[in-house]
Amino acid sequence: MIVAVLATAVVVAGTLVYFNYFAKRRLIISTTTSLYDTGLLDELEKNYEANHNVDINIVSAGTGIAIQHAENGDADVILVHAPSVEKTFLEEGHGVNRKIIAYNFFTIVGPSDDPAEIEGKTAKDALKTIFAYGESLADQSGQTKIWVSRGDKSGTHTKEQSLWKAAGYNYTLISAEPWYANAGSGMGDTLNIADQKSAYTLSDIGTYLKFSKDGTISLVALITQEESLLNVYSAMAVNKTVPANQTLHEQINYADAMDFIKYLVSDETQQFIENYGKATYGQSLFYAAVQPLKNDAPQPVVSWIETAAFFEGSECPPQYRSDYPELYS
Amino acid sequence: MVDILGGIIKALQMILSGDPMLYGILYRSLFFSGIAVILATLWGTPIAMLLGLKDFRGKTLAKTFFNSLIGIPTVVLGLVLFLIFSKGGPLGSLGLLYTPGAIILGEAVLVTPILVSIATTAIEAVDPEIMNLSRTLGASESQASITVLKEALNGVLLSNIASFNRAIAELGVALLVGGNIAGLTDVLTTAISRYTARGDLDLAIALGIMLMVLVFGINMIVITARKAKLLLTLGRSPQ
Repeated sequence: MIVAVLATAVVVAGTLVYFNYFAKRRLIISTTTSLYDTGLLDELEKNYEANHNVDINIVSAGTGIAIQHAENGDADVILVHAPSVEKTFLEEGHGVNRKIIAYNFFTIVGPSDDPAEIEGKTAKDALKTIFAYGESLADQSGQTKIWVSRGDKSGTHTKEQSLWKAAGYNYTLISAEPWYANAGSGMGDTLNIADQKSAYTLSDIGTYLKFSKDGTISLVALITQEESLLNVYSAMAVNKTVPANQTLHEQINYADAMDFIKYLVSDETQQFIENYGKATYGQSLFYAAVQPLKNDAPQPVVSWIETAAFFEGSECPPQYRSDYPELYS
Repeated sequence: MVDILGGIIKALQMILSGDPMLYGILYRSLFFSGIAVILATLWGTPIAMLLGLKDFRGKTLAKTFFNSLIGIPTVVLGLVLFLIFSKGGPLGSLGLLYTPGAIILGEAVLVTPILVSIATTAIEAVDPEIMNLSRTLGASESQASITVLKEALNGVLLSNIASFNRAIAELGVALLVGGNIAGLTDVLTTAISRYTARGDLDLAIALGIMLMVLVFGINMIVITARKAKLLLTLGRSPQ
């Protein structure tokens, strides 16, 4: 028994000693699945680690858990895409120095024969049409599903909820409809389920394009690129000084977190993000957001981003900034 | 449609070409599960000897406890350990979350009930006369216990193999407390889950094949060894 206790202690101590003294400095990034599953973050990680003595550890589990990680002090940087959640997060003091790093558009995908006939409609009208189609189904036993939701509190799920609301529905009631399926899993799994059931779903463009190109799914993108489908990605550093639960945040690697955020918004990285996947998919998976916002470029998408993802007229109001003024000049 | 056959062929090519990333994941799986079983054996065997050899109040309850924990869903244990290892949890200050140490400890806890249950059965099946005989021959209590343990060695070994199979094939604990960090805490099962979610099905299939070969391989060795009488059947009936 003594041996067992000792052995356990050795494993714990070994892990601690390794990470405290021998390993490179550790930067834990908790990220939304779309940035990770498209492979973009892997590339950014490689580029960054080549020039820095830092070991980036990416935990990919969706915006919901990323926020939770940051609140508990289990991550140093979070990359998310749910502005309403981010706002609360900043207000509660868990995150600082928010930077919008990229954007793209969600897309409503569905079976190629489009039984509800949503193609060419706006997202709002498409959801109304899907609702009417769902209600008109002969089978209301819950066997036939025509809409699959992520159902995992991810950024995509948050977006879906706001789209149903914008179309005039109570989301709680919608999610209880017999034709509504709750996948409770990542984007890839949700696309697979929708494909198997010949159902519609909301997807981020990157994951959809990848699955579609590989022939994993036969769903087609029916509604793309409109203001209500805008998807804005931002980075935040986890606050090192949270008065409420300071002890949880003492070990946050704030310096490297900020350095990584500066790397993300640098011109070279922004260019890299814009070009990522272009050769493979014939279109950008993500668009650079830093320069257009800085220059207040005339494209409509800039004002869309400002409407959708700015708080008090700024990507990060001054009270939520800490050091690093160059990020906002 | 997914091209299953094409995927399998590509997967086999990757395995045969010795893709370092694939083998890195394999070695991590073997290493984490191996250390986990060693840990579980160190603390599980004394428990099994206690349950198998001593009579005390609550013994049946303790045995039922370990038996019923055999089937604990790995994801529930993963959740519990996540809450414990998270900075907000009771052991948060150790900073173990998302490290190999967390997976090893988690899997060791996971396999302890299997290990204890099988080892207890093996120890109980040893003829009680052997304990008495060694005492008669002048052995101390602990020497006699060790004699019994030697007799039950096959069963204890079997408990290790069963534990190893459970550890290497489980997903929940490794995913939730390891975080599936590429190159650090990703193991066969969590990497399969990642590459399926990413649509990299060739990679997922390759890892799946590796995991199946491993689990089947271990079981084949056990069965063959038994047939060859290298390992005797679990326990012995009293002569």
